[in-house]
Amino acid sequence: MLDVRGLKKVYESSGRRIEAVRDLTFTVEAGELVCLVGPSGCGKTTLLKCVGGLLAPTAGQVALAGRTVAGPPPGMAFVFQEYGRSLFPWMRVGRNVELPLKQKGLGKDRRRELVADALESVGLADAAGAYPWQLSGGMQQRVAIARALAYEPEVLLMDEPFAAVDAQTRADLEDLVRRLWRERGITVLFVTHDIDEAVYLGERVIVLSASPTVVQEQLKVDLPAERDQLHTRVAPRFAELRTHVYAQIQAAKRGTAAMVDRAGEGTSKGA
Amino acid sequence: MRGLLVRLLYALGLPAVLVAVWWVASEGSTDVYRPPLRTILTAFPDVWTADRWRGDVLPSVLRLLAGYALAAGAGIALGTLIGSHRRVRAVCEPVLEFLRAVPPPVLVPVIMLFAGIGDTMKIMVIACGCVWPVLLNTVEGVRAVDPVAAETARSYGITGAARLRDVVLPSAGPQIFAGLRQALSIGIILMVISEMFAASNGLGFTIVQFQRGFAIPGMWTGILLLGLLGFVLSLLFQLAERRVLGWYHGLRATTRRSP
Repeated sequence: MLDVRGLKKVYESSGRRIEAVRDLTFTVEAGELVCLVGPSGCGKTTLLKCVGGLLAPTAGQVALAGRTVAGPPPGMAFVFQEYGRSLFPWMRVGRNVELPLKQKGLGKDRRRELVADALESVGLADAAGAYPWQLSGGMQQRVAIARALAYEPEVLLMDEPFAAVDAQTRADLEDLVRRLWRERGITVLFVTHDIDEAVYLGERVIVLSASPTVVQEQLKVDLPAERDQLHTRVAPRFAELRTHVYAQIQAAKRGTAAMVDRAGEGTSKGA
Repeated sequence: MRGLLVRLLYALGLPAVLVAVWWVASEGSTDVYRPPLRTILTAFPDVWTADRWRGDVLPSVLRLLAGYALAAGAGIALGTLIGSHRRVRAVCEPVLEFLRAVPPPVLVPVIMLFAGIGDTMKIMVIACGCVWPVLLNTVEGVRAVDPVAAETARSYGITGAARLRDVVLPSAGPQIFAGLRQALSIGIILMVISEMFAASNGLGFTIVQFQRGFAIPGMWTGILLLGLLGFVLSLLFQLAERRVLGWYHGLRATTRRSP
């Protein structure tokens, strides 16, 4: 479904050359829920923006269902970390969800149907008439998810979507994503810096190295499909997996530090 | 209901005091140039007859509205263009700074040369003066569109006219309205000034006529009327702003409550 090959992104500004992503290759199968996890500042957001067509990669390519991505493709929907800025405060919730559909050229009835259905499935059926800023942070992020759902994407890209909400809301939203993924069979690429979240959510976890980023390890999460906050998180297998991922990330950090020392540059930092 | 009464009391308190002070201080004044407020108010209905409203006030207001509308349209359109393109901005900015620095009243003699002394001249003077705050504020507002909002729009394929209508302009709205508000007071000033140079009707013209004819109470009634006109226009402006920017005031109230 989603094919990332040899992706490289170098930022150049005022003589400084920052290699955010060095060489990334991975695939996401149709209907899979894959979590990307890596140390802070490892270029996760850069990577996701390249995948979403918001940034042009320096080298390598991203293909969605066989077509190379150049610019945001209609088959992808983005959920940003900054829900407060990603939702338009001048539009009510319903219109926020509807706007991308209008742009897609859908008829009025179909739009209304999709909006109602998407808001319903994130548990905000009666919030359509509210402004986003009248809702709590968690509810706003639900609206952003509803907007993405209504867009009927083939792939849903989520960029640390729950980094800015409190822990309890976060647990609810994680379960929401799991449920939507299972109900709707969409493909999800979920970026996070939270190891527990990655293991809890993902069917597969891709561990990234520190910047300049490469794939450190790919790990299949062999937890049962039916997961819940109470039991999954205390399951021995969960603990093993999260310990493993944690160790990998620590290794990734050390690895880069050693590399930087050898190269004597020490300024490489992801965006 | 009670809250409304209290607010009304607050709003009307100071004006009432000022009028009272003026009334008392001018009472019994024999100075021709400073007639008692009583005389001015008595003169008011005699001076501002239906004919005058039709012949002087209405043309003034219409010219103001025409000039203002032109300035708003041109300012928002050009401002959006300049604000959205870095190159256009780099080329235009120095020129804009220069043009903005020219005091608009000085344009009256210039515009008179090629637009004559009719309505066209006056509307152009008003438009030329009002356009700057709208234009410059629109440029800033359009530039300041939140990068996350812009990326969201891009990722959902919201481009072109839809992006302008649904993202850029609403997002720049608060700043555009700040510019429109400034432009309104400039417009009223220019409306009067343009009528003082060469005119055969209008509020400014009438006030100058009264002054030259030593009809001093009449002159004062004209000044009062101008003040009232400005007040009513700004009230209408506020109503329009509340309607269009309701979301913005709500958002600000929310963020102030929870920092």
